[in-house]
Amino acid sequence: MQTRNKSLAGAGILLAVGLAVSSCASDAAPGATPDKLVLVTHDSFNLSEGTLEKFTDETGIEVEVQASGDAGQLVNSLVLTKDSPLGDVVFGIDNTFASRAVNEGVLADYASKDLTDAEEQYLLPAGSGREQLTPIDNGDVCVNVDHEWFAEAGIDEPATLDDLLKPEYKDLFVTPAANSSSPGLAFLLATIAAFGDGTADGDGWQGYWSKLVDNGVKIDAGWSDAYYVDFSGPSSDGDRPLVVSYASSPPAEVTEGATEAPTGALLDTCFRQTEYAGVIAGTENQAAAEKLVDFLFSTTVQNDIPENMYVFPVNVEATLPETWAQFAAIADDPFVVAPDEIDANRESWLSEWAAIATP
Amino acid sequence: MTALTIDGVTVSFDGTAAVDDVSLGLEPGEVLGILGPSGSGKSTLLRSIAGLERLDAGRIAWHGDDITAVPVHRRGFALMFQDGQLFPHRTVAQNIAYPLRIARTPSHARVAELLALVGLAGFGDRRVTELSGGEQQRVALARSLAAEPRLLLLDEPLSSLDRELRERLAGDLRRILDETGTTAVFVTHDQDEAFAVSDRVAVMIGGRVRQTGTPAEVWRRPASAEIARFLGYTTVLGGDAARLVRPRSDGAIALRAAALVVTHGGPVAATVVRSTPSVDGWRVRLAVPGIGELDGIAGAQHPVSAGEAVTVRFDDAGIAELS
Amino acid sequence: MTSRVRVRPAPGTILAIVLGAGVPVAFVGVFFAWPVAAMVGRGLFVDGALDLTGFGEVLARPRTLRLIGLTIGQAALASVVCVVLGLPIAHVLYRLRFRGQRMLRALVVLPFVLPTVVVGVAFRTLLREGGLLGSLQLDGTFAAIMLALVFFNVAVVVRTVGTTWEGLDKRQEEAARVLGASPVRVWLTVTLPRLAPAITSAASIVFLFCSTAFGVVLVLGGTKFGTIETEIYLLTTQFLDLRGASVLSVTQLVVVVLVLLVAARARGRRTAQRRVDSARSGRVPRLGDLPAIVVTVAVAGFLALPIVALLLRSLRTADGWGLGNYLALGTTGSRNALVVPVWVALGNSLAIAVQATALALVVGLAASLVISRRPRSLGLRRSLAGFDAVLMLPLGVSAVTVGFGFLITLNTPPFDLRSSPVLVPIAQALVALPLVVRTILPVLTGIDGRMRESAAVLGSPPWRVLRDVDLAIVGRPVLAASGFAFAVALGEFGATSFLSRPDRPTLPVVIFRLIGLPGGDNFGMAIAASVVLAAVTVAVIALVERLRVGTMGAF
Repeated sequence: MQTRNKSLAGAGILLAVGLAVSSCASDAAPGATPDKLVLVTHDSFNLSEGTLEKFTDETGIEVEVQASGDAGQLVNSLVLTKDSPLGDVVFGIDNTFASRAVNEGVLADYASKDLTDAEEQYLLPAGSGREQLTPIDNGDVCVNVDHEWFAEAGIDEPATLDDLLKPEYKDLFVTPAANSSSPGLAFLLATIAAFGDGTADGDGWQGYWSKLVDNGVKIDAGWSDAYYVDFSGPSSDGDRPLVVSYASSPPAEVTEGATEAPTGALLDTCFRQTEYAGVIAGTENQAAAEKLVDFLFSTTVQNDIPENMYVFPVNVEATLPETWAQFAAIADDPFVVAPDEIDANRESWLSEWAAIATP
Repeated sequence: MTALTIDGVTVSFDGTAAVDDVSLGLEPGEVLGILGPSGSGKSTLLRSIAGLERLDAGRIAWHGDDITAVPVHRRGFALMFQDGQLFPHRTVAQNIAYPLRIARTPSHARVAELLALVGLAGFGDRRVTELSGGEQQRVALARSLAAEPRLLLLDEPLSSLDRELRERLAGDLRRILDETGTTAVFVTHDQDEAFAVSDRVAVMIGGRVRQTGTPAEVWRRPASAEIARFLGYTTVLGGDAARLVRPRSDGAIALRAAALVVTHGGPVAATVVRSTPSVDGWRVRLAVPGIGELDGIAGAQHPVSAGEAVTVRFDDAGIAELS
Repeated sequence: MTSRVRVRPAPGTILAIVLGAGVPVAFVGVFFAWPVAAMVGRGLFVDGALDLTGFGEVLARPRTLRLIGLTIGQAALASVVCVVLGLPIAHVLYRLRFRGQRMLRALVVLPFVLPTVVVGVAFRTLLREGGLLGSLQLDGTFAAIMLALVFFNVAVVVRTVGTTWEGLDKRQEEAARVLGASPVRVWLTVTLPRLAPAITSAASIVFLFCSTAFGVVLVLGGTKFGTIETEIYLLTTQFLDLRGASVLSVTQLVVVVLVLLVAARARGRRTAQRRVDSARSGRVPRLGDLPAIVVTVAVAGFLALPIVALLLRSLRTADGWGLGNYLALGTTGSRNALVVPVWVALGNSLAIAVQATALALVVGLAASLVISRRPRSLGLRRSLAGFDAVLMLPLGVSAVTVGFGFLITLNTPPFDLRSSPVLVPIAQALVALPLVVRTILPVLTGIDGRMRESAAVLGSPPWRVLRDVDLAIVGRPVLAASGFAFAVALGEFGATSFLSRPDRPTLPVVIFRLIGLPGGDNFGMAIAASVVLAAVTVAVIALVERLRVGTMGAF
């Protein structure tokens, strides 16, 4: 028998067996109490070591985390795999994609039983996700301002969206693009909520953006280059002191022992961005999955969220870490756009925006 | 009994026959030289014997057994190429030992023996890429012999070597083949080589075998003008002109330059048309009345120049009768 | 007269051929063709019926036409620039001989394997107003994209043309010189035609890479310049407009196939030229080489700039200059940015890259062995050429399409591999496979058929001929290919980011994560990690260069 054939055939068999075994190992045994739940999330998900293990201690069920790209990819993955769900629980659907998830029917009906009235502001409208999605964290997107730059230049800082159009702030603002960045999109939605519909040379958000472009706004492809290349903050060498980022960015720039934060968020420019968790439709472990959703809403996880995911917890009973309590602020009245409006108009808004902002 | 029988073999490429209905026989221990110009199909014939080309017609038999369908690696023949085709990633000894390993009879002694046979004793550890052309060919020969082939096939083995080396190696090759009693088929376009190494010669032109015989037979009596010209006879004469040169002849004769020698007091008068120096003297073009222009030679002590009137004699060594 | 007699090949040979061709075909079929077809099918099949109206609709949009034009234009221009710059560099690095040559060869390849997100940031740091090259005002312009594309791809030309040039017999040029031709004339009339197949091959590969470039265009082009690739990404991830994405994927595929046909034609002409032992070739530089040397130095400087910028930035910590960022690689970043420390991620990367390389080598070697056969029938030869082209396709299809494709196809047990860790090395192997084949195949096709015949006549059955001739000769190139495949797998990001598990991140994934978080120390760590990635890659390639003696092909 020829040696080469033997080794090739052998390798082929090994490969097939290996694949079969590995896939078998990942199947959860069906039944009342499974030993494992699969949590599908995006790649910004992070909790301290030991946090998820507490769920296992309480219930005896292990949690396997599967990351699936960013928030947009996450929802799309769920939609594409409707017939053979990727897992049991999903975390990371935000309000800009919530409607798509709900309308495509990828979620089972369950919202955490532990929700109280205090979290009302984060809940989605009835019929558009309230029944399927539990809010877990809130990461408002706001214009960040470099205090030190303005102090040195001796100019007053802007406060509102309209202020950004003023001549003294010409060429000082940078934002990531709405069609390639999630904070960029959030900022666009803030302007849409603030100014409503209009035309490019008139009022409304289109007019706002035309004027913003005239005032020298720089539009980068992603958050990284806006924040780390063009922003003038302490971590970068840029020359623009106004950037679209998160309400949770200022605490990250505070060095140990400092009493003041070098940057801050303009709270009148914020767009509410909430992330939700839900049970994936078609899961075989509904009861266990519901427990996991509750767990994500519990203070165990909620307290852990700020330091690991750079966003605010929604649970009113959660406690913020010290730097956050000192230097972070949440907007009282952020801009909001209804998720199904976002879903319906996303494409037209983005193409209109692109025509104005990136001619 | 005949060792190798080639019976009506035809090999075609794209419709044209490279080998056209060739039949040959070879006795055990015999060395057959296949002589022909390039494009005559001789290499193709050799490759068919080895099993590297498919036959379109005919058969090949070894000691009576039809081997036409036997795969290449089972025929027990060896093939040596013009450029050796030694394995570059192995040493000389490893190359020679290759067929021994296939036969599962590795033997340092045998390798050394073969190296000595081809005159390269002690070369075993050398890298193949460091050898000269002649050395490489000898290693290739040793490798072929290591396979203890029933039949050794050689495809223009000396063509890439320079003249002096070629002559020497041809002699060595003859000696080795005699000593080992190997049956061999040897393909070349150089008649000196063919005649030096072969017991019998087959002249192949245009895919067909035109003449077979011992070297002496072929040499003295080429079967046709075409063959004569290939063998280096520069002129073919017929009828009266032929009788002028060789009165007894009754057909065509072929002449090489050595047939006409410029000499004092020779029987025939001629005029020198032009002369060129050569290794042994002069090569001249002579106008001979009654015949025309012929090639001839003059000794080094007999310088000639164009237009000179000289006398020549005919030398039988340079004359052949066409059969 | 007996009829045509056929020497039948042994049954074992047929089995070997089937297996040899079958493994690569299965690999590419299951892990590439099927997911891509499924994704494209989702877009083009509405309610079970083929709906091609999408083509008319999407392709008629002015934006789409503009993008297609931009894609082809930018790729073509970048290819030309790479060839023009690459030739003198190939001359200096592969025809001359001087100290430090091997190191330079490794450095030239370095940009090719760096993660695009890091390079994007590095370039932007240099080009923005106030940056080192800010006065050139190139930020956000077409020129910036060009610079980045050339930065990444000039190595392809240098390597492909260089390795071919290195082994060419100089005597044809010498004959022309003796006949009275000036050096320029010799170059134009003798050298260039002999290099033409390699140049065309390299140019088409560069064209392929550039037309599917994603990260670079996104980061540097800002929002004004897009390609078909970025549009597919947009349509798929933002809008889930599968129909539009499918139309564009098919368009992209068509462009890619056309380019591959051109490349195959060019390669096909490359018959066995006389090769010399490349280890001994190479002459000392002369005055006449000065222009080429100047170009090489200039381009090397250009290539080094972003890397040096990265290096400098990595040494800046909150307390001034120091190695703080490197030391921080042992942590999980400030405020638990990462799940595992960076060194662990590096370990993951190395382990996964090893698996990917092994896979790419096995499949690539099998495929090369099959493609290098010369069957008699024209039909079979054409199928082999087609097979060769199919193997190159993974380079030309959007990672997004493949990634999502995995999700919707590999979802039925026993093939539910979606969460399996084996998918990451498979995806990396898919990207490395074409490069492996392009390295090994030329060596195999360059083997003189008579060497195989000699072995056969000496008594080797076909499998043994394969082992003793083909596999023995291809030994060194396989090492070279493995080094390159390893480096590419190490730096692969597109598919890996889609598939990697959060508890086993690779280094590029970690870098991407760190760069996406606020806080200067995380950014510093990201840059330091990038420098480490670059250094490991250089080390691997340099090691491979040492073993590369006597290879023949690159791409």
